[in-house]
Formats: sequence, structure tokens, C-alpha cells
Amino acid sequence: MKAKGTVVLGVDPLIIHDDYHIEYHHSYAQDSPFFVGLSQGKLRGSRCSACGYTFATPRAHCMECGAPTEWIDLPLTGRIHTFTTCYYGGELFLEETPFTLILVEFEGINTLFLSRLKGCDPSTVRIGQPVVARFAKTPSFKVTDVWFEPTGP
Amino acid sequence: MRPVYMISGGITKFAKAHPRKDFRLMVKEAYDYALADVPRLTKEMIDGAVGSYFSDHFTRQLKAASMVQDYLGLCPKPSKRVEGGGATGGLCFQSAWEAIASGRMNCCVAFGFETMSRVNTWKGNEFIALASDTNFDFPVGGFYTGYYAMMVQRHMYEFGTTVEQMAMVSIKNHTNALYNPYAQKAKRLTIKDVRESPMVATPLTMEDICVMSDGAAVCILASEEVAQQVCHRPVKITGVGSGSDAMRMADRPRGKVILLPHESEADYRHLHYPGVHSFRGGRMAAKLAYEMAGITNPLEELSFVELHDAYTSSEIQTYEDLGLCRYGEGGQFVESGAPFMASIEYGLELPDQGRLPVNPSGGLLACGHPVGATGLMQAVFAFWQLQGSIEKHLGNDQLQVPNPKRGLIHSHAGTGTYITVSILEACE
Repeated sequence: MKAKGTVVLGVDPLIIHDDYHIEYHHSYAQDSPFFVGLSQGKLRGSRCSACGYTFATPRAHCMECGAPTEWIDLPLTGRIHTFTTCYYGGELFLEETPFTLILVEFEGINTLFLSRLKGCDPSTVRIGQPVVARFAKTPSFKVTDVWFEPTGP
Repeated sequence: MRPVYMISGGITKFAKAHPRKDFRLMVKEAYDYALADVPRLTKEMIDGAVGSYFSDHFTRQLKAASMVQDYLGLCPKPSKRVEGGGATGGLCFQSAWEAIASGRMNCCVAFGFETMSRVNTWKGNEFIALASDTNFDFPVGGFYTGYYAMMVQRHMYEFGTTVEQMAMVSIKNHTNALYNPYAQKAKRLTIKDVRESPMVATPLTMEDICVMSDGAAVCILASEEVAQQVCHRPVKITGVGSGSDAMRMADRPRGKVILLPHESEADYRHLHYPGVHSFRGGRMAAKLAYEMAGITNPLEELSFVELHDAYTSSEIQTYEDLGLCRYGEGGQFVESGAPFMASIEYGLELPDQGRLPVNPSGGLLACGHPVGATGLMQAVFAFWQLQGSIEKHLGNDQLQVPNPKRGLIHSHAGTGTYITVSILEACE
């Protein structure tokens, strides 16, 4: 229950409790098909229509040459390019610690994809380890609708 | 372009919290300190100001730089705010440089500040993480230490960099800060202390990471004419450079190294660059600044460096971007002792101690990182070094680099998204 009145935290200097809440109507705009794809068990990346550069994290225009990209389906298996296990985090994610972050590399794709690694002991994670994508059964339409699990050492 | 000089600087003590001072008063203190150092500079001679702070969330006040402008009594002179994440202060410094170099102003105040104490540390980490892609990166567990941890894991994999080498950076910067009264977190550490402090994101511990801070810093830049008129020992800004990279680490392409004059393509035949282990924007910033300043071998031609060591790992990565050593040799560079102060005892065996001191001030790791002030703080320390006035301003001369000719300051944002390098030189 929200307190009525002002909570005073200190008097010299005078410090009060203050609060500010924001609700957004956040549009994924041109990236929307990626998030819809997650709800269908698909991991969608981009390929440049001009230079052929491929992006594991999608973008509607090529970062190298500026031409429009087309959607491609990424493989659902890849390898760990790098990793970390976070024991602290931003306030929003503090309750979820410890969690393991990985950058995933996919065969034949030029860039990487940031995700969480689940289903393993963090101390066993290593660069080059094969991983497979898993998808949330009930989508929340966030990038965390996909995560990865190891398929081998 | 006209030559540009730094003629004065001021800093507040960086602290975990300054509850008795808001951002206006912190800047006012630094500004008054800077003015007192050049008594012949009158208010009429100041043509305008550039202000910098990183986060409206932290400050809980939009257009806060306007409130500083009026608090300093600088209205109605020209003013603007510059914002660029962690590089905010460095960008602000270069923006003031542009005002003088272009001839638009003869004297420009660069002020920066951050008030980070008004929210808890983990909310603060959340604010900082909002400076990562909010569609693809932030929701996964947005945490900058996590991003830097992933970068250094790859650096360790590619080059064999060790956590002990990273700990040496922590020891160096925290020890240097023992002699810097402006620093927030000075202490003696051992490699064991660093490794046994709480793990934040593998392999980075609490002692590998800079702290949040309240603080402000001010630099006054001027034309040659004004500098000669009011300052007995101005410092010339002989090079500025900046660079950028993709917001998402995942998007960093793999190509060829941007070479500095003392390097060759053969040095990096097998290196996929920048990957996530190096900062391409930092290399670009260094290359441009070196070209303007006429530097061809930075290790030989610089007297000291103040660089953006938000993490011990990023100090090692930055040695390489700045060309102080080759890519991959950053760990060995710190192990050699080169970036340590020659005259300070660290409790480590350092064969080449003091060859090129890096972060004599203690850097962000020990001074703290009040974001908008940080890049300007580096400029003030560099200015005092090159003036030979460290003792006057710090109350002791332990951190004075002997007879410095040329210093480099480096300011860094995001996972390397904006980076500035500026070169300052002592005047004969």
C-alpha cells in the first residue's frame, strides 16, 4: 500500500522519499517480426540484400552498406562465443541472480546474439560449447522468450 | 583551426554521496576553484560554457545544465549540454575545444557533474544498463559489469590474459589514489584481496570495478591570446580524436585492425578485429588524436596517460587500443610494471616500473566515476601534471610525473560506443 503524505528520510539536510513511474506503449516497430517469431519457436536474423552480410541480432538495414535486409531463419544450434555468470545485477534482475549471459555464434552468420544460458552448472561453461535454443511456451514478447541450453561439453 | 589551451581546472572531492550539495553547488565549487587559479580571468572574458552530465534519471532533473549555467552566473552567454554515456566528460572537453579552435569563442568553460547517490546501487546499475539496447540487450539481464565480463572472458581466451594481471591494475590505481585527496576509494590491496572480494560477474570482482560517485569537474579552455594574458603556465591541447562502435556488442563485425604508425598488418594476421575483446572506437580515437598531435610511437612520446578504467579489464584492453603495446599484450604490459608510478611501492615485482604511468590519479577505479565529471577530471589531473602543479593542488608531490611533456586523456562510453582521446602538452 502506498504511504500517504511524505516520507522524510533525514532532516539535516532535508531528504524525502520520491517516486516516479512511467508506462510506455513500446513499439518494436521494424523489429516486430523477430519477437513474433520467438512465439512461433523461430529465431530470425537478417541478411543484407546487397552485400550479403548476415546478422544474428536482426536489423532492417545493413550496418555495413545501408541496404535493406531480408529476414532469415537462424539455426537453432550454435556455440558459446563468450559468457559470464552475474552474481549481482540491475535492480530489475537482482532477484534472478545468479544468471549466466552468453553471446552465441551461429555457423555462417557474421554477428552474434546475446542470450541467457540455462540448464547447467555455471562452473562448467566454456567458450566453444555447443548450445541449443529453447523457447517459452507462453510468450511474453520479450527477447527472453528464447534462451539456450548446452547440448554437450 | 586555432591553437587551444587549457588554462585552469577544478574538481570537487568525489564521494559516495554529497547529500549537502546538489549538482549546482558541486559545479560551483569546482568552478570557483578553477577561477581562483587564474585571478586575471574576468567574467567578461568568458564567452560561454558547455555542460555535461550522463543521466536525467540519476539527476532527477531534465535540463540540469541550464540550472548550472544560471547558478554560475553565466547567463545569457551561450551554453549547451553534451551527453555521451561514459564519454560525456571527454566529449564535453572536446566540444569546448571546438568552440575555441573554430574561433567562435576565446574562452569556454567545460563543466560536468553526476549525482549518483540519490538511488540505490542496483537501481543505479539499472539506469546505466538502459544505455544498452532496450529491445535486445537490457531485458536479458541488463548489467554493464556482465557485458564487460563477457568481453574480458574473450580477451582471456584469445590472448591468455589472466585475472592476476587484472588485479595488478586494481592494486596500481587504488594505491596511487592514496596520494590523491580528491579520490573516493584509496587503499592498499594484494592480488589475493582483489580475487577474494565478492564476485560480481565472472571473472570481475568488486575490486575490479569502479564505484558510483557524486562529483563535479571544471576545465577552462582558451585561445592563445587569452591564455597568454591570464595564465602563467597554460597547457596546449595538441590533438583530439574520437571514435564509435555499434551499440550492441553482438553486432561488432570482424575485420582488420586499424593500424597505428608503429604497427604492421603482419602483427595481426590471425586476429578477428575488434570482436568483443577490443574497442575499435578507442583505436580510431587514438589514431585521429595521434595524427593531429604528430605522435608516431605513443609509448615513447607520451609522459603519462589518464584512461577510462571503469574495469581493470578495460584498462588492459585500452592499453592495446591506444597502441601502448600490441593487441593481446595488455596483460604483459601491466605485468612489466610499465604503467605503474616509478616512485611508489606497490608490493609487487615490477621489472620495468614507471616506463609510462597510466592513471597516476587512481583513475575511475579509485577516484570514482561521477559520469559527467569523469572525463573532465582526467583533463584537470593531466593539466596539473603538465603544469608541474600536482603538489600545489593535491597537497603532496607523490603523483607528480617528473618533467612531463605530453599527456593523453581517454574517455569511454557504453561497451565502446563513443570514445574520445585528447592530447595535452606542456608549453616551453
